[in-house]
Amino acid sequence: MCDVIISVASGKGGTGKTTVAVNMALSLKEPVQFLDCDVEEPNAHLFLHPLISQVKPVFIPVPKVDESLCDFCGKCGEFCQFHAIAVVPKKVIVFPELCHGCGGCHLICPSKAIVEENRQIGVIKLGQANHIQLAYGEINPGEPMPGPIIRELKKHTESGGATIIDAPPGTSCPVIESVYGSDYCVIVTEPTPFGLHDMKLMVDVLRRMEIPFGAVVNRAGVGDEKVYDYCQAEGIPVLLKIPFERRIAEAYSRGVAFTQIMHEWGERFSSLFSIIAGGICR
Amino acid sequence: MQVKQIAVVSGKGGTGKTSVLASFATLAGRSVIADCDVDAATLHLLLDPKIISRQEFKGSKLASIDPDRCANCDLCENACRYGAISELKVDPILCEGCGVCAHICPEGAISLEERLSGYAYISETRLGPMSHAQLQAAETNSGKLVSIVRYNARKLVEKTNLELILIDGPPGIGCPVIASMTGTDIALIVTEPTLSGLYDLERILDLRGHLGVTPLVIVNMYDINRENTQTILEYCQRQKIEIVGMIPFDPTVTEAMVACRSVIEHSPDCDASKAMETAWKAVLQRI
Repeated sequence: MCDVIISVASGKGGTGKTTVAVNMALSLKEPVQFLDCDVEEPNAHLFLHPLISQVKPVFIPVPKVDESLCDFCGKCGEFCQFHAIAVVPKKVIVFPELCHGCGGCHLICPSKAIVEENRQIGVIKLGQANHIQLAYGEINPGEPMPGPIIRELKKHTESGGATIIDAPPGTSCPVIESVYGSDYCVIVTEPTPFGLHDMKLMVDVLRRMEIPFGAVVNRAGVGDEKVYDYCQAEGIPVLLKIPFERRIAEAYSRGVAFTQIMHEWGERFSSLFSIIAGGICR
Repeated sequence: MQVKQIAVVSGKGGTGKTSVLASFATLAGRSVIADCDVDAATLHLLLDPKIISRQEFKGSKLASIDPDRCANCDLCENACRYGAISELKVDPILCEGCGVCAHICPEGAISLEERLSGYAYISETRLGPMSHAQLQAAETNSGKLVSIVRYNARKLVEKTNLELILIDGPPGIGCPVIASMTGTDIALIVTEPTLSGLYDLERILDLRGHLGVTPLVIVNMYDINRENTQTILEYCQRQKIEIVGMIPFDPTVTEAMVACRSVIEHSPDCDASKAMETAWKAVLQRI
């Protein structure tokens, strides 16, 4: 199998990203890597039941000020674009949650009063579920920045096979970090005004990032037809339609990937993968 | 006058935040409405806002290398912790705008430029004034834009003498969610009886511990898996968190969305609307 990175994104939350990503991974015969990049609310492991072999802390370097060396010149505070360090007349205040770990304050301090120390913001977990090698992250509740955890996860993309990336909802920083470097992105949408609206935003993102993409319409049968009209007008391939069926919803609610109870769908997901991979590996 | 702020959040996406919020806004009569899901906003699809004013949002900066002054020394490339500079070009997606490269460049060839990351809007809707925003595609710093939407909503309160701000939050538990919940009176968490919904509920409840906001829970589509609903009820009971609403699965909710109205406006007597009304009364008692 050729090296291929396929990400699954949606714009709107709850359209079925995890359902599509998990079922596609399960439908493959060969080993596949699965990165759940929704580190705020990772859910893929609930369906894959991996055996976790490793839990690694993720750190971000934040400044630590030695006030005995500091002359309170204020240069660090002026430099920091993120307002993570402030100098008041005789004190330096660090706001670690705002720090992006760029190291600028440490570089700029003329008195060498700033060192960096690691602060843990979450973990990544590595495990195996049959042929699926799973990596997912968990940000500590209260931490605002998922970026460093996503970047750490993505370091585990191994060459020599397929990688499936489950992206978080939305279209901002964490989504960009997740889909960055993908060969192809599957947009999972639903035939409702909300699904369509957020799909358009995601299309805009992917066009700017020059990542090829196609659509999977989930809960087909509810809502209206506008999402299909849009795809046709924009020349976006509709790769798969998953009908709204109570059995599928119930399986999801129990943490069961629906291809495991509706076997005919396994083939549809593996051909979804083949169509995408075939287009890239040619 | 005591202004109350209610944030509707969820952890997991697609549990029905916006449908709940639009219904509550209808039941509230007039309130100030703040859509804090700035990167994938949808509330405006239901409320059809008439934009009154627009402000530019410059959320972050971007490094820019002047090729005429660049001496090809590579120092910037090595200093950048985000891997955003390669072959002396700045990747706008990876650049966080920290300014380390500009500081380190011996030739002074790098400058930081403000980037237009989106717009914040003040609008009028049939359910009250609305503060909302749109982050541009592939832009960053949604938390800061959420803070602007919240600030604009408070200004609207001062102008209009309305006493309630209803906030539609984004999914997740990160930066924009924290910015949406901070300083509110109630975080109304909309969940669903799925394994993912339960797991995500536990994580967002951990967050409220950090923010000191009173959480209330609504179980949406509670009848799609009654066993899981029971698990959620028991979990909330153990955590001493009140459940204020149980909304059944009702196709009318999607029909209302297609009609671009809240379910209360679309079909006030359907099962979901009745459950929304009961939930809203329970919320009002808590504030």
